[in-house]
Amino acid sequence: MSVEFGFLLVQCLSGLASASSLFIIASGLTLVFGVTRIVNFAHGSFYMLGAYMAVTIVPWLLQIERSPTLFFAGVLISACVVGVLGVLMEILLLRRIYKVPELFQLLATFGVVLMVQDAVLHIWGPLDIAGPRAPGLRHGVMILDQRFPAYDLFLIAAGPVVLGLLWLLMHKTRFGILLRAATRDRDMVGALGVNQALLFTGTLFLGAFLAGLGGALQIPRVSASAQMDLSIITEAFVVTVIGGMGSIGGAFLAALLIGQLQAFGVLIFPKITLVLVFLLMALVLVVKPWGLLGRPENAAGLSALPEGIMQPRGFAAAEKLLVLLAVLAAAAVPIFGDTYAIKVATEVLIFALAAFSLNFLVGNGGIVSFGHAAYFGLGAYASGLLVTKLGMPMEPALIAAPLVGGLFAALFGFFIVRLQGIYLAMLTLAFAQIAYAVCFQWVEVTGGDNGIVGVWPSAWAASHSTYHYIVLVAAGLGIFALRHVIYAPFGASLRAARDSAPRAEAIGIDVRAHRWLGFTIAGAAAGLAGGLYAFSKGSIDPTLLGIPLSVDFLAMILLGGMQTVMGPVLGAAAFHSIKDVFMPLTDHWRFLLGASIIALVLIFPRGLGGAYAALRARLSGGAP
Amino acid sequence: MDSIFFRRRALLAGGAGLAAAAAAGRGAAAQGAPIRIGELNSYSRMAAFCIPYRNAMRMAAERINAAGGVMGGRRLEFVFRDDGSTPSDAVRVAEELLTRENVSFIAGTFLSNVGLAVADFANQRKRLFFATEPLSDALTMAQGNRYTWRLRPSTFMQTRMLVEAARGRTQKRWAIVAPNYEYGQSAAANFKRLIGGAIPGAEIIAEQYPALGRVDAGATVGALAQARPDAIFNVLFGPDLTAFVREGNTRGLFERRLVLSMLTGEPEYMIPLGDETPEGWIVTGYPWDQVEGAAHRAFVEAYRARFNDTPRKGSLLGYVTVQVLANLLNQANSLDNEVLVDTLRDLRTETVVGNVTMRGIDQQGSMGTWVGETTQRNGQGTMRNARYADGADFMFPEEEVRAARRA
Repeated sequence: MSVEFGFLLVQCLSGLASASSLFIIASGLTLVFGVTRIVNFAHGSFYMLGAYMAVTIVPWLLQIERSPTLFFAGVLISACVVGVLGVLMEILLLRRIYKVPELFQLLATFGVVLMVQDAVLHIWGPLDIAGPRAPGLRHGVMILDQRFPAYDLFLIAAGPVVLGLLWLLMHKTRFGILLRAATRDRDMVGALGVNQALLFTGTLFLGAFLAGLGGALQIPRVSASAQMDLSIITEAFVVTVIGGMGSIGGAFLAALLIGQLQAFGVLIFPKITLVLVFLLMALVLVVKPWGLLGRPENAAGLSALPEGIMQPRGFAAAEKLLVLLAVLAAAAVPIFGDTYAIKVATEVLIFALAAFSLNFLVGNGGIVSFGHAAYFGLGAYASGLLVTKLGMPMEPALIAAPLVGGLFAALFGFFIVRLQGIYLAMLTLAFAQIAYAVCFQWVEVTGGDNGIVGVWPSAWAASHSTYHYIVLVAAGLGIFALRHVIYAPFGASLRAARDSAPRAEAIGIDVRAHRWLGFTIAGAAAGLAGGLYAFSKGSIDPTLLGIPLSVDFLAMILLGGMQTVMGPVLGAAAFHSIKDVFMPLTDHWRFLLGASIIALVLIFPRGLGGAYAALRARLSGGAP
Repeated sequence: MDSIFFRRRALLAGGAGLAAAAAAGRGAAAQGAPIRIGELNSYSRMAAFCIPYRNAMRMAAERINAAGGVMGGRRLEFVFRDDGSTPSDAVRVAEELLTRENVSFIAGTFLSNVGLAVADFANQRKRLFFATEPLSDALTMAQGNRYTWRLRPSTFMQTRMLVEAARGRTQKRWAIVAPNYEYGQSAAANFKRLIGGAIPGAEIIAEQYPALGRVDAGATVGALAQARPDAIFNVLFGPDLTAFVREGNTRGLFERRLVLSMLTGEPEYMIPLGDETPEGWIVTGYPWDQVEGAAHRAFVEAYRARFNDTPRKGSLLGYVTVQVLANLLNQANSLDNEVLVDTLRDLRTETVVGNVTMRGIDQQGSMGTWVGETTQRNGQGTMRNARYADGADFMFPEEEVRAARRA
């Protein structure tokens, strides 16, 4: 019996060690979000850089003397270097875009992620680098007949120590008090004459330092590798959201929960660790919409004016001509272009529909979805499975795609639209990850991560050009219909609910029902796009529901301009073309993609559509 | 293998492409329209494997061209592309290679889902797809098609090599730890199926499937140790492996336990283990410093001289790939993909690792890999008692292939 207890205790300690590491990283993320309201995707990159710095600096120091002091000095130096990199990012990039929509800042940090990935590969090479173990902490300690790493005991202590130091910083220093004030009401802090630029720079230093520290402390446990950024960032987000964005104590609590969930989860469900944390996040958000210790704020991720489509204008004569030309150009691709051009054009049309449906939510409804690819992917799976498993022809399978996409959007949306701001966005992510995990794990039906091949169109539509016209008609009608809804009273009601839910309620709009229906419509349109995509690729697999594709969709609407109705179409074309141009050029295409995203964010802070609208306003002499 | 016999054969080989060159005359440069082959792979995401792979391919192609090219004096050219590491990107890139770059056929891919999607695309377009790296059994079995051929030993073959190496051992209680995706799952399934044949009475008493790239090493090692297995079958690789090995070393998980481990002896995964490399695991891998055969040693020396780095498993695969493809082109003497596919059927090529036959029935190459035990030398991991396991001895039984590919 005592053996059994010893095992449970050690398993619990393992969970605590993971929790400590996770907390150190997540505390930085939650701090940065609390103050700057930036959802910093690059936080995972800082974590990775911390580990790479440490595997470079620490061995060098240990050559002088193998002492624990030098080991931890090296860890702290690495974290400081990463902190300075955080400052650089703030000064060079973020400072220029505090005034642009918050989602744009997210996109810029995502550009940083792509650039750092390739830079790391370039600087440190593709091989994983294992760091040295901590001198004096290499051994195992016997705990009730079980051997437990001494270094993990140190980590268990490190988390609460960091928590304590942060508490002291937040409550006993002027900088900390300002941080807390800015987390509560950043505009008020600015109005009181606090130097915001300095405050934000300091916050970014602290946030990046904590991420770097988290990474550097991991080197005795894991090797530094170029994939560690994305593997940590989702978990760090989950921790901050479960704890309540901006709440350090909440992050600590959430990290403890997740650490124990994983330590004991592997005993009971060894196969679903992938999704366990997202199930927990969905559960917490459904019950506590602001996380465990977060507070409901008037801001809640919308501290500035509402962003999005303000007054949709109809097409002027010139624009009608442009639309006509665009449709004609799309229709002419099969006549003048080669097979590859047709294929790319088909994909652009499909992505245009998906991006348009996302902007229907984001730009028009103020419902920021981080998991829009879920409905795209579910539509693709619906079509693919009907064709390959039930032997249905393409036509009914394509009709099923929007139905299934819409059905799941209605199901998930029921819970999602009850939330607001960043919490809503994270719940969309959680549901998307759950759907992803089901497609990934349910091998008998979905083919697991290999997916299913052989999803090809019916014989009459098999040629690239015929299928291109099918997509042109389907995507065109989809976009046209959604556009019509934006201009219809329903679209106006969605905008009213976005800009002020209480006022919309007051004039008799059922806000929740409107948002729910809007979410369902967007999901159905994404599902149709997914079905079309499946037949153009011939295969389905879980990457169609993955976070990277959701981020791509966001990038498309932001590049196109989420304030404009037709911008997302432009954005889809631009984004896909950039990727298509850079991928064949070099192995470092991700670096170039990231750089061009950042360049576009800096040059066109309102997207390409916004730039066009400004141009039109200037030409006609009116106000923008 | 008889070493004298091997050396003579290797001397004859040294790249089948060179045979044509010898006829054309020493040093004669290739002439005529170049033959272009599209190569798509995860150069960005799986750089540790794919960059050495591409290095060796370039080296091999240069050597062949310097010696007179293929098909009676035509240059061999590879057009390299990143496959984006997702099926949808890869299918688009494959289309681009065929349409814009006018490649004769395509080769490459690393991830199994990417390989399967490109295979189906190749089948649809009726173009040859020479899959080099994806390990999924499905590629040559249930989802095999006329146009898709694979060179590297599949998951089944490598599992079988390890299980055979454990034959005669007495460990009955086994634990499995594998990454939670197709490669890990099918390695585990193959192992469950085969281990009883090698060790009668063997049973699986614990299984752990951590998510790829995010193993919670402490919890996983704790759960495995608690089951008290006699032996462990490990499929983790890359960063997961390093974390698992470190945690296991500290907690004594591997003490007095037999461990079979997939791919761990490949330099890509062995180098990061460094002085933590465990002692005495039975692994598949590539001990480049211990290979036999003059041609292979010459390749290792040439690679080291050229790139100032030791060859990886990817390097060897890249070089052998080009040797097989050059031989294919010389034998077929045509770029018609139907002719190429027919020529590949049971095509024998003398490569740096010896004879490689593309078995016709499941379109799987007989290239093998090395099986041996891990050990440390000067704080670096290496293999001892390693021997080359010829893939031909470990393939799926023919009746099983017929049943699987009938559909």
